Amino acid sequence: MIALSDYLIFGAILFMISMAGIFLNRKNVIVLLMSIELLLLAVNTNLIAFSHYLGDVTGQIFVFFILTVAAAEAAVGLAIIVLVFRNRKTINVDDLSTIKG
Amino acid sequence: MTFLQFIFYLLAAIAVIAGLKMISVKNPVQAALWLVLAFISTAGIWLIAQAEFLGLALILVYVGAVMVLFLFVVMMLDINVAQFKEGFTRYLPLGVLTAAAIFALMYLVLGPQRFGLEQVTPPKSLAEAESNTLALAIPLYTEHVYAFILAAVLLLVGIVAAITLTLRRRPNTEVLYQDIDQQIKTRAEDRFEMVKMPPTVEQPLPEKEKEE
Repeated sequence: MIALSDYLIFGAILFMISMAGIFLNRKNVIVLLMSIELLLLAVNTNLIAFSHYLGDVTGQIFVFFILTVAAAEAAVGLAIIVLVFRNRKTINVDDLSTIKG
Repeated sequence: MTFLQFIFYLLAAIAVIAGLKMISVKNPVQAALWLVLAFISTAGIWLIAQAEFLGLALILVYVGAVMVLFLFVVMMLDINVAQFKEGFTRYLPLGVLTAAAIFALMYLVLGPQRFGLEQVTPPKSLAEAESNTLALAIPLYTEHVYAFILAAVLLLVGIVAAITLTLRRRPNTEVLYQDIDQQIKTRAEDRFEMVKMPPTVEQPLPEKEKEE
């Protein structure tokens, strides 16, 4: 049988990988957005595992709403990237430092 | 090790490797494809956890829609792939250290000594006829119906935001636009005028046509 900790550790590993991706990718905003998607996927895996083991379907409904929010977030984020690229001709994170002061 | 366990570990390994490749490849198109692989194998893990509807929705929504959107955007932007990995090694020690520290903390809390098989007994698998879609739909449309409507509104706001952000105004010579201000301000007098005309009286038909 698969233990609950297996699901949770799998989620933790995915979370860790995507967070390392956010730290390491200082050049490409698109990979940054993809890392955020993977982060949400890890969280959703935890919710689904708990929902399965507790026998409560509310966790899956929560995942449903997280998927909705993540889809909207991806659409708006990509629109912003397109806009930034159109104005600045780059999506390098280090070049987008105008509001650093 | 049961067959189910083997499948679980296989899918988990594929997802982890795909995630690692996703953050380390240079080309964003390849990164998107690795992310698709991670999504598909995670969907398999969700199926093992008997969340069939969400597993299939993940493939349909993410692999089918969101990742295609990502690929479209990557291919629309003319980006210089060569300079993408310049800072990668600079932040590598810090990133790996932070990630390892967070994973260690998570393992201490979520590890097998707290959530193992002895502590949490796995539920018996549901009957074949029991529908996950039905079990998900009934609370979604009754108990959580306001959240559901809110999600719909959120998606609408997302559509409006994405379109307004990327809409590009081009000069009027290229594309014809509606000018809504002008359209609303218009009055009936601008559009047509009443003309006074003498009434025309219908003439009786000539005799010749009548005979025919």
